[in-house]
Amino acid sequence: MTLRRKIYMVAGYNTISMGSGRKEFNPKKARPGIEEYMKEAGQAVLKQIGGAKNVDECAVGNFIAAKYNNQGNLEGFFPMIDEGLRYKPAIRTEGACGSGALALATGIKSILAETADVVLVLGIEVQNTVKAVYGADILACAGWAKERKDGHTHFFPGKFSDRAGKYYEKFGYDYTRLGMATWYKNAIENARLCPTAQEYHNTCEDALAVGMTKPNGRSFVDHLNVFDCSKVSDGASGIAIVSEEGLKRCGINPKDAVEVIGIGMAENDITAAPADHTKLDTTAVAVKKALEMAKITKDDIATIELHDCFTIAGILALEAAGFAEYGKGPQFVAEGNTARNGKLPVNTTGGLVGWGHPTGATGVHQAVTIWEQLTGKAGNSQINIPANKPFGLTINMGGDDKTLVSIVYKKN
Amino acid sequence: MNYDNRFENVTVLGAAGKMGSGILLLTSMEMYDISKKPENKDKNYVLYALDISQKALSGLMLYIQDQLVKQAERKINALRIIYKDRADLIYNGEIIAQYVKEVMNMIRPVTTLESAYESLIIFEAASENPDLKVKMFSQINLNSKVEPWFFTNTSSIPIGHLNKEANLSGRILGVHFYNPPAVQKLVEVIKCNESKPELSEFVSTLIKNMRKIEVPSYDKAGFIGNGHFMRDAIYGMTTMESLRKNMSFSEAVYCVNKVTQDFMIRPMGIFQLIDYVGIDVCQFIMKVMRPYVKDETIHSPLLDKMMDINIKGGQNHDGSQKDGFLKYEKGKITAVYDIDKKEYVKVENILAKCDEFLGTLPQGHLPWKAVVGNKDKNDVLSKYFNAMKSNKSSGSVLALNYMKKSKEIGEKLVSDKVAYTAEDVNTVLLTGFFHAYGPINDFIN
Repeated sequence: MTLRRKIYMVAGYNTISMGSGRKEFNPKKARPGIEEYMKEAGQAVLKQIGGAKNVDECAVGNFIAAKYNNQGNLEGFFPMIDEGLRYKPAIRTEGACGSGALALATGIKSILAETADVVLVLGIEVQNTVKAVYGADILACAGWAKERKDGHTHFFPGKFSDRAGKYYEKFGYDYTRLGMATWYKNAIENARLCPTAQEYHNTCEDALAVGMTKPNGRSFVDHLNVFDCSKVSDGASGIAIVSEEGLKRCGINPKDAVEVIGIGMAENDITAAPADHTKLDTTAVAVKKALEMAKITKDDIATIELHDCFTIAGILALEAAGFAEYGKGPQFVAEGNTARNGKLPVNTTGGLVGWGHPTGATGVHQAVTIWEQLTGKAGNSQINIPANKPFGLTINMGGDDKTLVSIVYKKN
Repeated sequence: MNYDNRFENVTVLGAAGKMGSGILLLTSMEMYDISKKPENKDKNYVLYALDISQKALSGLMLYIQDQLVKQAERKINALRIIYKDRADLIYNGEIIAQYVKEVMNMIRPVTTLESAYESLIIFEAASENPDLKVKMFSQINLNSKVEPWFFTNTSSIPIGHLNKEANLSGRILGVHFYNPPAVQKLVEVIKCNESKPELSEFVSTLIKNMRKIEVPSYDKAGFIGNGHFMRDAIYGMTTMESLRKNMSFSEAVYCVNKVTQDFMIRPMGIFQLIDYVGIDVCQFIMKVMRPYVKDETIHSPLLDKMMDINIKGGQNHDGSQKDGFLKYEKGKITAVYDIDKKEYVKVENILAKCDEFLGTLPQGHLPWKAVVGNKDKNDVLSKYFNAMKSNKSSGSVLALNYMKKSKEIGEKLVSDKVAYTAEDVNTVLLTGFFHAYGPINDFIN
């Protein structure tokens, strides 16, 4: 499959990922809600593309505002963002933590279908409305409801704890843990360079030692410590997906755009247990499709934003995508390959562990980060993009390797 | 009667008070755990929350519910296992609500002492008044057919006195929780000569189940905690009086408070601690202790004076401090009382003079918060107190003398047979008062 039209992403924007770790976060005080976050991200994108008049369609990725915020029908917030969006088509996508990339996919499809030349895409989640113990129930909706009863208190950490446990069994605890701890260290170091990151204020001197913390099943889950987990976050991200005509209409310099050259989507049975807990099969399929469409290989990729909802998930995704051999992920990470100065910088603003994980926004945040890196707009987080590797990749996952979207981007 | 069976009918006296409500909460949680054992599934468990005021009991029931929710959130992993066979309870929120419902269902708020007549255990946390305690215990004991066990939370009254006056034949034990019981780890356990050994055994199991730390104390008025604190406080007030020759009352109070907090690396200064416990409570405890302490005068004329002008300290319901020797705003000390002027003097107006008098903190000083959980605590403290010894500032001299006095008080508690060991004294100060080091130490030798 090839794309029948040129597609670009432009005008990215991330709000702060708000939650524990940020100095200004106080769970006892009133905080911005969905309205404020959507407005901030939406208006910031509109400002860069010449205003709402240039927008043909809108899409918003959100997992579960109906539970966190008692709010459905998020499409209705677009005209609130800007009067100029009134009566324009809008759609909301939901695929758990993969909701954001589903919104991107929707935008891409609209451009391909020639129903739009400019699509405003947002991702949003506001999660700090409930304590983590109740948030765990909400996030469990990303799995099969009938598994909830037998699942862990912290349902998803429980799922990935099981995966980590199986991985330890097969490849050894110490070996795997060093990879996971290094993942954490990289996430924190990268987040400290990005002012919107939730761990931006983190001052821990020895993040590797923190990452080495032995899991304690009594207080949390058997095979993960709390540092292995992504954050509970409030935040929104926005970006515009445009055609060549759209680019012109918005008056955007092509150098400030990235081209979408491949997209791979894959779905797996939510009622089925993983065939092998040490592998992310659906992730592998989605990445393969995206690279095939882009007609490049993994070796052409300069940087990846991937879905490290847990450090172990990050390592498994690296293996699934083929960047590390099966069983070699921890070593690949521990040797520094995924650090910002490594062979393959991964999650350069901290990823889900360091930047934050406002679930429905994450897929869009990943796109924004790649857009920033490939257009030289990443500020202190900027890495070098080698001239012979002008490509970036995103992997956004909903549930336990169920709803996958992988996108390949090219520097323009 | 085994441990579990004794919990079938329990009363907490003074349940709506600060200590009583905590003891009620902990007891209700322990009773729930017992009720969930398979062998107890057909039994019924009742917990009477007894207090004199209906209004206070209404408040208590709301407080207990809120606290149970928090406790359930903490132990949700265990609760999910307890309810694993309840197909209707799926989500954490549902499981927490069920836990709260079941615990609340055991608690009966009551205002009449008759409710306690069938109880097998009586926890008592009424006000620190020997006559009141004796009266309640006697009445329950006379009317009960089940020979109840009495556990009193007194922090100062000798258990032997209560046993004798209420005619309890040794069915009494001092079980002194620290404030707030739900949080504080320390429980002082005091048996009198007549206390039956089965009570001690029972309480040890209970304390272990509550994941708290048991420290035994001899049956001497004040026991270890107040035995140290009251004497420490009297020394603080005496030191303050001696400083008054060269400075105002509020300056002297500020200086001694700073020496005991910052120079000595304690969680709060001695005057703040007196305020925290309550000037009225301190005065009362001293009064209770006085007849039993022959070789010292456990009395502070200054506390009497403060009480005469109705300045009592203490805490608000949310745990924030009420004004006493010091004035508090959002947890910070903003002013100091001046007993001569009868008004509070702003800290900013005396700060410079006090700091100049006290001098700088010795090298290596870290705030209490940074020391208390520090792995290398002993090293840090040892270096710091060594530096203090060669520091000739008034603050350091006062602190060293205070340390010596505090150690002397601790050692006397052992030689007077209030504490069994020096280690017990240190454990009480470390866990009940959150000190970073025990008073009996070698830092100042």
